[in-house]
Amino acid sequence: MMGHVPLSWFLMLSAVLFSLGVAGFIFRRNIITMFMSIELILNAVNLTFITFAYQRQQVAGHLLAFFVMVVAAAEAAVGLAIILTVFKNRETLNIDDLDSMKN
Amino acid sequence: MELILFLVFAGIAVVAAINVVVQRHPISSAVSLIAVMGSLAVLYLLLGAEFIAAAQVIVYAGAIMVLFVFVIMLLNAGGETKAGRSFVASLLGVPVLVALLALLAFFTARIYPRDTEVHFGGFRGGTAQSVGRALFTTYLLPFEITSILILIAIVGAIVLARKELE
Repeated sequence: MMGHVPLSWFLMLSAVLFSLGVAGFIFRRNIITMFMSIELILNAVNLTFITFAYQRQQVAGHLLAFFVMVVAAAEAAVGLAIILTVFKNRETLNIDDLDSMKN
Repeated sequence: MELILFLVFAGIAVVAAINVVVQRHPISSAVSLIAVMGSLAVLYLLLGAEFIAAAQVIVYAGAIMVLFVFVIMLLNAGGETKAGRSFVASLLGVPVLVALLALLAFFTARIYPRDTEVHFGGFRGGTAQSVGRALFTTYLLPFEITSILILIAIVGAIVLARKELE
């Protein structure tokens, strides 16, 4: 029917966002930007959950997305606290300079 | 109608996501990420997930990104310096990424042909009522465990961020 969207387009969009998140995590050197890329990946996964909830006509996918959101909030709080502590001690956010565990 | 909505907001999401990755200053990335999350909330509404769309705007675009922007402003670290990458990394990075995307798209198109079409009202189980009912009956144990997780996260964040005591 005209005007309706195939379900697979949502999955494609999710794949694109996931790949971009992976790219950001690998290419960027700023620890905050890397952290935001992880949030982008989690959002892409959430879109997949919601899409499958639509396809299966079940609310369980929504609950999984909800739990991902809650865990992401907890992760953001702890992660940003770690970033604050790292910056306080090392005066840098560049991931290449944070190599004190190397040797 | 649905097609136009999907194309507009999927376009915004993809462009903003590219912007997240290529911007040099973290505050620009953060604002672009808010745009991604807002347009994803519209797509959730299209898929009948009212409650999750509201939670997306409130929790992600509201709480989490405010936390990010707050930390970026607090640290005031400025833009990113160009990293000296190895030759292999700069040569292979983008092709490997495109290969990953092509693989994901190929299997998506292969496994899910255009049988199901999304339209408004195609799924009415995403209201706050039905999500809440499932959350407090079938998924009560994960919900309670999540509350413990958040408690641990609060304690951890306070312990990490406090000033050192003498």
